[in-house]
Amino acid sequence: MAKTELRITGFGGQGVILSAYIIGKAASIFDNKYATMTQSFGPEARGSACSAQLIISEEKILYPYIIKPNIMIAMSQEGYEKYEATMKGEGILIYESNLVKPGKNRTKIKKYCIPSTKIAEDLGRRIIQNIVMLGFFTAVTGLIDYNAMKEAVKTSVPRGTEELNLKAFESGYEYFKKQKK
Amino acid sequence: MKADPIGVLTGSHYLDGDHACAEGAIAAGCRFFAGYPITPSTEVAERISARFPYVGGIFIQMEDELGSMAAILGAAWGGKKAMTVTSGPGFSLMMENIGLGAMTETPCVIANVQRGGPSTGLPTLVGQQDIMQARWGSHGDYEIIAIAPDSPQEAFDFTIKAFNLSEKYRVPTMVMLDECVGHMTERVIIPPAEEIEIEPRRYTKLSPEEYLPYKPCEDLIPEMVKAGDGYNVHITGLTHNEKGYPIINEEVQAVLVKRLVDKINVNAEDIIITEEEEIENAEVIVISYGITSRVARMSIDLARKDGIKVGSMRLITIWPFPEKRVKELAKKVKAFVVPEINAGQLVYEVERCACGNANTYLVPHYGGGVHNPQDIFDKIKEAMK
Repeated sequence: MAKTELRITGFGGQGVILSAYIIGKAASIFDNKYATMTQSFGPEARGSACSAQLIISEEKILYPYIIKPNIMIAMSQEGYEKYEATMKGEGILIYESNLVKPGKNRTKIKKYCIPSTKIAEDLGRRIIQNIVMLGFFTAVTGLIDYNAMKEAVKTSVPRGTEELNLKAFESGYEYFKKQKK
Repeated sequence: MKADPIGVLTGSHYLDGDHACAEGAIAAGCRFFAGYPITPSTEVAERISARFPYVGGIFIQMEDELGSMAAILGAAWGGKKAMTVTSGPGFSLMMENIGLGAMTETPCVIANVQRGGPSTGLPTLVGQQDIMQARWGSHGDYEIIAIAPDSPQEAFDFTIKAFNLSEKYRVPTMVMLDECVGHMTERVIIPPAEEIEIEPRRYTKLSPEEYLPYKPCEDLIPEMVKAGDGYNVHITGLTHNEKGYPIINEEVQAVLVKRLVDKINVNAEDIIITEEEEIENAEVIVISYGITSRVARMSIDLARKDGIKVGSMRLITIWPFPEKRVKELAKKVKAFVVPEINAGQLVYEVERCACGNANTYLVPHYGGGVHNPQDIFDKIKEAMK
């Protein structure tokens, strides 16, 4: 895929922006691609439907905003409802199965879900939900190299939490791999 | 002179434009920062406040932007490379002391992460509406230098350049980012310190008895001293002679103000940085800067696919304006198309330099977003008629 547009949405505080940052960093620093990230600011980044956008490309990126996301990761119902229409009935939707109930419209959207909050809680900290989701995203899409993603997770989370976050990443990744079997 | 390795985070980073600007400043040797937080520039200040303790810098959150600008002028005369950062109304508040900086020929850097105005306008959204204010915002006649980066990488590279130009020409120099570039995150490669060229301050070698603080060298720039070095200097915003003493008459005014203007204009070719693409056979040239130049590139691709011979001129330095080059090009092309996220500002300079030889078309955008590439493409088509 020459150019992929990605949107991550959720509540402000769920790590929406950090998630996009990690994918962008993995792509541009550890996977030899170009990645431009833009994000919500203001009140929406602090509690309501927050969104981060990412363009990943093999070539230099000019226009910095996404027009129609190929991939959307939804971690809250409000975020899903606010941005679902931008997909225009196509692409990949990845969502938190306990927090998002997608509509049953007959579109060409491929849907994948994971109870990432529950998995994070079982690992001991709900806050790593977004990293579980990143592991799941990596397995579902194959867009970014697995090791590049792990490297980006390791170098982006607070010091001392690397091991826990990598465990979260693995759990998300394995969740999809097991499903496939 | 090479950069001090202590301030250079060599390596590949994933940074937004604001953070990249902060890293550029630190790499350039900035060790004094005074500012007042304002969206969307706050991240520059945040990054500097987090990094300064490790490089021996002084960070002050001031009471407002007037104080911030005054503080960096004082710090420069105290021997530091100094910077402030702001946006929107904060830029307006800095104007009086930017004039003081121009009059006292104080090297300093002002980063303005532009948001939509007027007034408080669009705090979190993009604008390019401070282009004329950057040049004309303070009262009186003077010249400044302004640079408009279009990516986080350029925010790093050209903040260093801004410090260097500011030292070389002893003039307040502005890094005119915009909200889009400031809040956009991309790969930024920071080279090793030994690959970063730094312009040292132009300190005098003359003795205190021989030294005159405002006696210009051949390139019209006087040499500096710093407080505490044993030189008796008088620095004033009043019209002053070579000794720095206030002389209120038209003769001294003519010598001083003419030099403040000339020192930039005479050296313009050394300062100006532009990027030209497929200018040779172009019938229309798109002149753009900052984030708009990236959007315009898409429009140019659309036009070329349509068989239109369109060239691109991107202004990296916006002030001084590349007057000579635009005048030359005006004789070769049918028209200039100038997209800006404002109601028309730099377009007046293009129009002036076109001297009626080429038509000039503005593609305005009132702020809050970037152009739709189609709008610029449509204007290119209109310009071809």
